[in-house]
Amino acid sequence: MTAIRIEPKAPASSEARQSSMPIDQRIRRFFLYAGSVLLAVMFSSPFVFSVASSLKTVAEIHAFPPTLLPAVAQWENYAAVFSLKGVPFAQFYWNSAFITFTSMFGTIATAAVSAYGFARFKWPGRDAMFMVLLSTLVLPEEVVLIPKFLMFNNVPKALIGKTLIDTYWPLILPSWFGGGAFNVFLLRQFFMQIPRDFDEAAVLDGASSWQIFWMIMLPLSRPALATVAVFSFLGQWNDFIHPLIYLNTSDKFPLSLGLRYFQQQPTDAMEPREHLLMAASLLMVAPAITVYLFAQRYFVRGIVMSGIKG
Amino acid sequence: MYPDRVCGTSRRAPLRGTSPTRTWGKPAHAMVAVANTSSVRATPAKRRRWRATDFQGWLWASPWILGFVLWTLGPMLWSLYLAFTRYSIIRAPIWVGLDNFERAFQGGDSLFWPSLGRTFTWALVMVPLSLMGSLLTALMLNQGLRGTAILRTLFFIPSLTPAVALAVLWRWIYQPDFGALNYLLREIGVNSPPAWLADARYAMPSLMVMSLWGAVGGGTMLIFLAGLQGISQELYEAAEIDGAGRLARFRNVTLPLLTPTIFFNLIIGVIAALRTFTTAFVATGGGPNYATWFYILHLYQTAFQNFELGYASALAWIFFVIVIGLTLANLRLSRRWVYYEGEEAI
Repeated sequence: MTAIRIEPKAPASSEARQSSMPIDQRIRRFFLYAGSVLLAVMFSSPFVFSVASSLKTVAEIHAFPPTLLPAVAQWENYAAVFSLKGVPFAQFYWNSAFITFTSMFGTIATAAVSAYGFARFKWPGRDAMFMVLLSTLVLPEEVVLIPKFLMFNNVPKALIGKTLIDTYWPLILPSWFGGGAFNVFLLRQFFMQIPRDFDEAAVLDGASSWQIFWMIMLPLSRPALATVAVFSFLGQWNDFIHPLIYLNTSDKFPLSLGLRYFQQQPTDAMEPREHLLMAASLLMVAPAITVYLFAQRYFVRGIVMSGIKG
Repeated sequence: MYPDRVCGTSRRAPLRGTSPTRTWGKPAHAMVAVANTSSVRATPAKRRRWRATDFQGWLWASPWILGFVLWTLGPMLWSLYLAFTRYSIIRAPIWVGLDNFERAFQGGDSLFWPSLGRTFTWALVMVPLSLMGSLLTALMLNQGLRGTAILRTLFFIPSLTPAVALAVLWRWIYQPDFGALNYLLREIGVNSPPAWLADARYAMPSLMVMSLWGAVGGGTMLIFLAGLQGISQELYEAAEIDGAGRLARFRNVTLPLLTPTIFFNLIIGVIAALRTFTTAFVATGGGPNYATWFYILHLYQTAFQNFELGYASALAWIFFVIVIGLTLANLRLSRRWVYYEGEEAI
């Protein structure tokens, strides 16, 4: 994989240039900085407002006229989210984590195996299959929602006598079949760039294709695997429409459904809960941002990869 | 260094028919060489038999292939069949021919055309705005300003926000009495600011603003940024020597070389805009008075609330044809404006 630098090509010595810069350059720089500060404010103010709201007291949240900042930050609001009446938020968190990690694991495992098949073997129909794989990248998932629902309802009913609706199977199982075309594509591109000399040397040493996969391809592809992991994590963590269709019991909801469930709870005008709702939303956002900050490199690479050949 | 690779053609080719050589272990040029000799010999190329390695390749790729058949191809065909039936899960599907499509196109479903029109309006507004916004922020990040890494993270974080959380956060911002937006408006002297999401006139633009917040700094921006950085600095220098100003350089160097990136983002953006669901579903539920009732909302309601699975399958296939049609149209039109470096001018 070519090294893709997202950092802009910083001027070698901006300090030195600053002083000798002509006046129109300086004006231009000033406007650029002003513009970027303005943009930064626009992008971050909704978050600032919701964090501020999440730290307010019950009295402050419905004070009129409203205030922007809380008098004293109520950090205990975040703990209170986990002990709400009628909204098992801790359970939602656990459910989300369970669904996310089981499908992430399946995605990494099966996408790598499939990608290896596309990258290192020549088989009849491979190139046609690869074209099919690429074309499914633009296929809107909504088209198959209904038959997939039926597959998890009618087919198991006929086979084992009960429906798989309202279980986690429909959310997890599909990830165990290649984990989506994009992940296979990304890993395949990465595998293609590993020199075949490595395979050849291993073959001379008597390695089987499984050993080559396990001992050469996988260890050399850690960055790509991390990219797939990050994408899969965020995809599952944020997924809404699938849990919405497949799950009915509130105890089984992941965060995405759980947050909406919380939002739709009848509220007592005497006891507003918007500050807790904000805290809950931010608790859902936090893992996504954390993953991004820790795996930024892989993340950016994955996105850029999608744009290069997609 | 590798004698077998250099003369591999002459040594291996005669063995082809008899021994199942592992072609995958060889470098690409060796495989080409093998293929060339076989085409000279003609017979083995025509009657190409299945070999152990073929099976091995299929086996390795089988998780995805199986998944494609199980979760994509099979369901697509099933839904195509259901599109011509009346089906409510309780009873077996009844074949009704083209009734479902007639119902959709000829007014039997009063929400079909409006929801389709609304979705197109959404795409027509959102795609250009988010592409331009992403391009502008990417250009800004590409100026070599100090603190760019922090800015990039700040711009990017909104796009990480899960759609549900985004909708919940913005509902509170738009809240008529206690929300931040109306607070600010009152501060600057607007006496009775609108109710935003709760007002049928403002619901759609409000949704657009919140979606733009989540879209502009996201993947599209990163792809633009990578595209911008892929443009060779020499071209700018050459243009500068030729006396091109800043704007001229943007118009004659940046834009043409960025067209493949713009094209990619356009295709992805159009599809994403047509698929709009979660933000609208959580923020407005399609209301007020169907003002934000998008196509996928209609599909969801028909299928999973009314359980008209036959009709909903027809809706799904109409959507599929529209998406594929637009993507193909985009591909076709791209020949007129997308410039690929290194390609011969026709």
